[in-house]
Amino acid sequence: MESHYDKQRTFRQGVDYVKVENSSSFQRLMYERKKFILPLTIFFLVFYFILPILTSYTTFLNTPAFGDISWVWIFAFSQFIMTWVLSTIYVKKAASFDEQAEQIIREQIDDKGRDAI
Amino acid sequence: MDATVVILFLSIVLLTLVITYFAAKRTQTTGDFYTAGGGLTGWQNGLAIAGDYLSAASFLGIAGAIALHGFDGFFYSIGFLIAYLVVLLLVAEPLRNLGKYTLADMINARFDAKKIRGVAALSTITIVLFYMIAQLVGAGALIQLLFGIDYWIAVLIVGIMMTIYVLFGGMIATSWVQITKAVLLMAGMVIISFLVLLKFNFNISTMFTEVKSATGHGADFLKPGLKYTDPLGTISLMIALVLGTSGLPHILMRFFTVKDAKTARSSVITATWTIGVFYILTLFLGFGAAAFVGERNILAANPGGNMAAPLLAEVIGGDILFAFISAVAFATILAVVAGLVLSGASAFAHDLYGQILKRGEATDKQQMLAARYAALSVSVFSILLALFAQTLNVAFLVSLAFCIAASANLPVILYTVYWKRFNTTGAITAMLCGLASALILVSISPSVFSPNEGEALFVGNPLFPLDNPALISVPLGFLGGYIGTILSKEHDATRYAEVKVKANTGYRDS
Repeated sequence: MESHYDKQRTFRQGVDYVKVENSSSFQRLMYERKKFILPLTIFFLVFYFILPILTSYTTFLNTPAFGDISWVWIFAFSQFIMTWVLSTIYVKKAASFDEQAEQIIREQIDDKGRDAI
Repeated sequence: MDATVVILFLSIVLLTLVITYFAAKRTQTTGDFYTAGGGLTGWQNGLAIAGDYLSAASFLGIAGAIALHGFDGFFYSIGFLIAYLVVLLLVAEPLRNLGKYTLADMINARFDAKKIRGVAALSTITIVLFYMIAQLVGAGALIQLLFGIDYWIAVLIVGIMMTIYVLFGGMIATSWVQITKAVLLMAGMVIISFLVLLKFNFNISTMFTEVKSATGHGADFLKPGLKYTDPLGTISLMIALVLGTSGLPHILMRFFTVKDAKTARSSVITATWTIGVFYILTLFLGFGAAAFVGERNILAANPGGNMAAPLLAEVIGGDILFAFISAVAFATILAVVAGLVLSGASAFAHDLYGQILKRGEATDKQQMLAARYAALSVSVFSILLALFAQTLNVAFLVSLAFCIAASANLPVILYTVYWKRFNTTGAITAMLCGLASALILVSISPSVFSPNEGEALFVGNPLFPLDNPALISVPLGFLGGYIGTILSKEHDATRYAEVKVKANTGYRDS
């Protein structure tokens, strides 16, 4: 299996991925992705799990908000709104990640990332 | 069975067969068979994801759960939708960038080990079987109710249809059956919701006020806690719902049917809007059924509440709407089981046969033949299981499939893409720990053992208190992967650099 792996590695020669990984443009992409995705993920998971935690351990969401519609329903609907808003924000932001990625492929891999074989 | 039902039922069957006929002519290569050649557009794939995801359990089960249990039924709708944020932000794009046909392909982008491929195929097949039996048992019961035919005939009809789509039309036919079904289903939901709102003069507040006095539960109907009284049980279920989707093989497979990560992303957006609107509408169906059909009639038709939506259609739209909704429910089942057969077949034929047995050296013709045999075997095997599993609780099987997906598949996906130190041993222990803990904990749970006869499979005291073990088994999956990784010295930073660059830029060298 190891030899199979090595053989594939030789075929894959041509791009020095470690060099690409260490390039400042790739590092910047990774930093920006992390800075964007991590807080967003933590936010929606917390927002989501607060609902069952509050309904299981407290009753204050049962107070009426509008007529017979209580806060628990408002919170439930806000989960839908949150999903749509966050996914729209992500798509907007991801367009800039796409541009960065294309630039990395162009400058780091297609031009100078290749070893002379 | 009246004439309208039969005509609508047959037109849906005919439509899907026409789709399959044209798809079969376009299915030339293995790539066409597994992933429609990667040629679906964003919105097509988005609708197909919705068609793959919105099962009969979602359509009939959640409407029934809301009609019977009020707010607690709506928990499912929320969890099933927010799951797509996990898919969108963490899973879809790296998966598209690294994988080819299956989950195992994606993990193998980092580790060339047959053991890993084998374990990934095992977890895929396990999830597919549980999910498939749930769908087939549900389908059998439903068609039996709708058309008054025997359970075994109903299972056979659905089983033969799904086999035909997959066997001849592969992913192209499956995708278009799913797209058609998604459109029909959304149309049905919108029509019923419109009629329900019409009855309440388009005033949502009036609807809440009316429903408050319409059921035997009174004001409690609008409050959480009617069904889920155990806090840890509720949270555990919510974990399985939100994390399970990104590990379901038939959903993961849908990200290989588009050409790049950007299209994968736009398809998740289409899916998120479609699925989100669908789950909002489940509320109108559930409330409508509670108000206009009534708890007694819903329970009389089916103890699980599965007939709430069709009965509501009959009450507010007459026989024609009832026939249409029944036909849509049938199309819903077909689309989901076809997707499941295909993902099960890919694990058998691509991972086990093509990559492990043939070491990736099978010709395209051999691979295609293997894929078709595998599809046929998966179909026959699951039809046989479903014939003997008539009495199993469908909701329990579905939540179990989500739990295994969250415990066995999600940790390994996240570690593969995001953790530098992760290695072969870790990948294997993550999948095995998640899979084993989910299966073992369920087998000693109240779903399997109950002190009262008839409530579960066996009589006895459950050793584990939660119906859905995700609260324990998901952390165990992550922990298993962590411990396995640090216990082994093996570590390949160069390979991770490659995976990281490819996952984040979409660059492909072959």
